[in-house]
Formats: sequence, C-alpha cells, structure tokens
Amino acid sequence: MPDLGKYAEAVLSSYAVSIALIAGLIVVSVLRANRVSKQLQEIENKVKSNG
Amino acid sequence: MNLNALWEYANPKKFIQTTDRVLPWVAGLAALSLVFGLIWGFFFTPEDYRQGSTVKIIYLHVPSALMAINAWMMMLVTSLVWIVRRHHVSALAARAAAPVGMVMTVIALITGAIWGQPMWGTWWAWDPRLTSFLILFLFYLGYIALWEAIENDDTAADLTSILCLVGSVFALLSRYAVNFWNQGLHQGASLSLDKEENVADVFWYPLLVCIAGFALLFIALVLLRTRTEIRARRMRVLLARERMGA
Repeated sequence: MPDLGKYAEAVLSSYAVSIALIAGLIVVSVLRANRVSKQLQEIENKVKSNG
Repeated sequence: MNLNALWEYANPKKFIQTTDRVLPWVAGLAALSLVFGLIWGFFFTPEDYRQGSTVKIIYLHVPSALMAINAWMMMLVTSLVWIVRRHHVSALAARAAAPVGMVMTVIALITGAIWGQPMWGTWWAWDPRLTSFLILFLFYLGYIALWEAIENDDTAADLTSILCLVGSVFALLSRYAVNFWNQGLHQGASLSLDKEENVADVFWYPLLVCIAGFALLFIALVLLRTRTEIRARRMRVLLARERMGA
C-alpha cells in the first residue's frame, strides 16, 4: 500500500466510490440481461405452443 | 471497405449474433486494462510535487469525464441514425448508453468534488466546466426519464432523439468550457495532442491505459445493454400481439 499522506481519505474514498458505482452498474446490467433473456424465452415458448 | 455493409448490423438478429462473439473479448479486454491501469496508477506512480497523492484521482476522474461526454456523443450519432434511417437498433443503443453515461458523469462529479476539496478548499464551485457537467448529468436524468415515461417505443425514440440533440450543446460545452471561458477553478485539459500541454509521462502512460479501460468498459456495457433492449422490445411486441389476438 503506498503512503498517501494527509490526502489518504480523499484518494481512498474516490477509488471506493468509483469502483462501487462501476461494479453496481455491471451487476445491474448483467442481472437485467439474464432476466429479460429468460422472460423472452418463456414468452416465445408460449407463443410457439399456442401456434 | 463497403460502408453499406455496416447497415447489416441494424438488423437485431445480426446484431445479437455478432455481439455474441465480440462481447466476451471486449469485456475481457476492458477488465484487463482497467485492473492493470488502476493498479499501475495507484501503486506505482509517484506523488505530484504540488498535488501530493491526490494526483492518483486522475486515473478515475479524467477517463470517467471523457466517457461521460463521449457517451452523449455516441447517443447523438445513434439518435441521428434513428431520425434519418429509422433503425430500431440505433435508437435502442442510445437508450442503452444513457445509464452508462450517467454513471460516468456521477463518477466525474464525485471524484472532482473529492479532489477539489483539498486542492481548492471547496467541494463545489459554479465554475463553467463543473456547471456544464452538472447540467449534462441533469440531461442524462431527463433522457432516461423520458424513455421510461412514454409507452410507445417509436414516439419515445423520436422525443429522446430531439432531447439528445439539445443536450449535445452541453456535452460540447462540458468538453470545451475551459477553452471558451478563461475563468473558474478547473484547470485546463489534461489531455492534448500537444505533448507540452500534457501531464508528465509518469502519469500519462497509466492514464492512457485507464482511458482505454473505461472506453472498453463503456463499449462492453453498451453492447450488453443494447442486446437487452432489443430482447425487451421483442418481448413487448409479442405481448402486444398476444393481447390483440385475445
């Protein structure tokens, strides 16, 4: 860990907030992609079975 | 290269097939360059003689601010394609990019405030660049809200495209505010084609890697989210057909 001196709080909080926001965006995007893909598959199967 | 071949990707099926192959590579490269760039910048670069260790915030602040503006520019191009050629994939790509651009704007604003406090003695100032970035954030919010508020996809795409055209003025202002108005607290551009105006090489190289990482992350997320929007749209069409049939 580098010595960040008196600005340690500012530097570490910048990295923490940014990484949390990026991780949150990735998680939300992947979860929604999986959910929508699954829902579409179900609807397409239903449409096919109804002819 | 035949530019007309590009329009093939406006076909939703072709877009999904192509991104099936491309997305894992882009996502992998994004992860690799982000991890490498941030570790390099955080652990292996020195302090700045004036700004101390706060200079390490540059590896988050500059790439996120760049992507915040470039995301809106990408939305502008895809919105224009929608207005002119009526390709649904382009309108959906703009919709998919907006939340990513908004998060980049939030990161730029927050890291800027955290960096500004020890350097300027204040979290916020009504400086031209800061203010235009705040307005850009509000445009992102409005753009996303407008998509959610309108049920008909084509009407939503029309109206959000117009909003995107108007917001482009602020996206450009955010980029060039420091050049237009020679006032305020924000320093000049950190990146320039003129080597003399750039930050020192020891900060510049890891910064370039981080910028590449943020750009690749943006592309990966937009591809993933566009695929989701295409599927969500197909789902709405199928449900509407089913309702009409019943």
